[in-house]
Amino acid sequence: MSFPWAQHYAPKHPVTQWLDERLPLPRLVYNAVGAGYPVPRNLNYFWNFGVLAGAALGIQIITGIILAMHYAANGAIAFDSVESIMRDVNSGWLLRYAHANGASFFFIVVYLHIFRGLYYGSYKAPREMVWLLGVVIFLLMMATAFMGYVLPWGQMSFWGAQVITGFFSAIPVVGDPIRIWLLGGFAPDNAALNRFFSLHYLLPFVIAGVIILHIWSLHIPGSNNPTGVDVKGPQDTVPFHPYYTAKDGFGLGVFLIAFSTLLFFAPNLLGHPDNYIPANPLSTPAHIVPEWYFLPFYAILKAFTFNFLWIPAKLWGVMAMFGSILLLFFLPWIDSSPVRSTNYRPLYRWFFWMLVADVLALGYLGQAEPSTFVVFASQVCAAYYFAHFLIILPIVSRIERPLPLPNSITESVLHGEKAEAAPFGTQTA
Amino acid sequence: MLRLFGPLIAPIVGLGFIAALVLAILTTSWEAEPPTAAHHFHLAPKPLHLASDGPLGKFDRQQLQRGFQVYKEVCSACHSARLVAFRDLQEIGFTNPEVKAIAKNWATEVPSVNPETGEPATRKALASDYIPSPYANETAARAANNNALPPDLSLITKARHGGAAYVHSLLTGYQNPPAELLEKFPDAKPSGTLHYNPYFANLNIAMPPPLAADGQVTYADGTKATIDQMAQDVSAFLVWTAEPKLENRHRTGIAVLIFLLIATTLAYMSYQNIWADRKH
Ligand code: HEC
Ligand code: HEM
Repeated sequence: MSFPWAQHYAPKHPVTQWLDERLPLPRLVYNAVGAGYPVPRNLNYFWNFGVLAGAALGIQIITGIILAMHYAANGAIAFDSVESIMRDVNSGWLLRYAHANGASFFFIVVYLHIFRGLYYGSYKAPREMVWLLGVVIFLLMMATAFMGYVLPWGQMSFWGAQVITGFFSAIPVVGDPIRIWLLGGFAPDNAALNRFFSLHYLLPFVIAGVIILHIWSLHIPGSNNPTGVDVKGPQDTVPFHPYYTAKDGFGLGVFLIAFSTLLFFAPNLLGHPDNYIPANPLSTPAHIVPEWYFLPFYAILKAFTFNFLWIPAKLWGVMAMFGSILLLFFLPWIDSSPVRSTNYRPLYRWFFWMLVADVLALGYLGQAEPSTFVVFASQVCAAYYFAHFLIILPIVSRIERPLPLPNSITESVLHGEKAEAAPFGTQTA
Repeated sequence: MLRLFGPLIAPIVGLGFIAALVLAILTTSWEAEPPTAAHHFHLAPKPLHLASDGPLGKFDRQQLQRGFQVYKEVCSACHSARLVAFRDLQEIGFTNPEVKAIAKNWATEVPSVNPETGEPATRKALASDYIPSPYANETAARAANNNALPPDLSLITKARHGGAAYVHSLLTGYQNPPAELLEKFPDAKPSGTLHYNPYFANLNIAMPPPLAADGQVTYADGTKATIDQMAQDVSAFLVWTAEPKLENRHRTGIAVLIFLLIATTLAYMSYQNIWADRKH
């Protein structure tokens, strides 16, 4: 596919030859994740997270399908059916905790995957389509996780659904009818619970489909690498198998260790206690917060408190929250610097880390008890978020003078500058 | 169009959002929020150490049985534990005949139907029944508790920040409101049917102090039933009701981690081995 020196699939056994002539599935696998896919030799551990995201999706689908065999999507018994999974179903507690914490780990690895792409400029030409499909996956993941969180029908499930579907009522005129249509009623109830369950079952398979497109489009130009320099010849690459299968295998082990530690020893750490209280439409929790992975966006939503230009604050908040994700679609055209890797972008590097700090701060503010200071800090951080992508980045990418790039991946590896391949390399010249 | 995005459209959209935020900041009123009594007087739970804590934690069955006794003799007068079946009590060390006797002698009977007339009726609980609520329904529960609702306790240690430590602190935290509170926040004085408890979110709880005197229950194993002891025991019991599979989870976790550590070490060695001839 990508490079002329890619190894060719040559089945030796008559059975595999027979199969290859009729349904070349092994050939497809060989070219996609086997020896037939040449990959830059200098990828660091940040390139493990794509495969880890795939593994997390696999864990979610397998545990989810078994959970669905025992779960009842009915407002009267949903909560108890989940508790029955925890108590009566063989290893049900394991399935449920794996699925709940698996969602968190899915987001952890995808956030690292996204920031890897941001740091190494993987969104730039010729990989724009990889990035665009990635953002589509991210949006689908958010929808899936939101609907999944509603299913146990605890207090946070119910009130989270109430708040999130309430966004639609911010739309002028048609907002409320849309919200009622989406929910199938005036408030989340059986109708909403059932359609959420149906979609929650469907979307992971849609995600799986988009991942296939994501990887297909990646394999046209091939993977980026920590220097951001294009592959120039065979000496720059190694075959995916066995080199990166071995490395990804090790990464998967580390991932599973971290995942199991949380799953077996602190399975409720990332959850909210209120979700162990059955949903009660008559009792609003003191403090409604979404799952941790939505907190930065929730902070942006709440930061808008001023009716500006005749647009009500709530609508600004909703637009900004969606805008903060949708702007990622335009990133390849906002950042006009031809240099990919931030290792060679001395000015942008500062702003990259500022953005990381800003998103972490927004995450903290998203769950903090609202006070004048918290609202003020969210406003500053939200403003910085938009300033980063929509103002700073277009300017920086024009005025910055990048550091000299290595002539090739191999040169960068062989002249011993390990730092160049190291994550967030520290070299200066 | 896309080429215009960077230099033109992006900054305009960005400035719109930023202007809305800057105006919001400029119009912020920095008047200090009025302090609330809960802000000043609410306390975080006291630390509580239970045998089930930590990655190797196991239940102390003796303590769970004592905790069950406190639940049965005190709390069950007002609180249900509807996710726990009597038969589950075998997991904390009661024998089958003991469980049957506990169910049969339970203070509240379970709803049933009169087999002759079909009228609603009650019958003695069986081992397979779930621990019933002392009240027929929410209205009855509220009527008996000055309009407050005693929550079901099955999941309470997972449904509150602080878990078992919170329950323990709540049960032992009843006291007279401090003079300073009454002085600064006269409105925060507990009204007639409420009780001051600094561990409760709004400081005034409708539950009367359930553990009021040492020796309120008599433990069969000879443990001295101080208020603190009873509170610890019932908190430990409520950890079990909320997470009956805890020991199994810990044991499985240790085995899985040992397996993963070995597998990951092997994976690391194979990774190093495969890459040995490649500088990277
Ligand atoms: C006389 C009835 C009564 C008895 C006996 C009783 N409670 Fe309560 N309990 C209540 C009521 C009423 C509430 C609701 C309080 C409120 O919402 O203000 C409550 C609330 C609670 C809460 C929840 C507090 C919160 O954070 O919302 C816990 C935990 C609790 N009780 C534990 C116990 C335990 C353990 C016992 C036995 C040692 C017990 N109760 C005995 C009536 C009782
Ligand atoms: C379900 C979630 C996802 C899965 C399973 C997944 C999978 C993968 C895999 C296997 C790779 C190749 C290995 C690697 O470079 O790490 C990859 C590359 C990439 N992904 Fe994803 N991805 C997911 C989500 C996302 C998201 C949300 C984004 C961005 C918004 C994204 C952006 C990218 C980019 C830019 C690359 C190319 C990286 C490079 O070559 O440097 N992906 N993805």
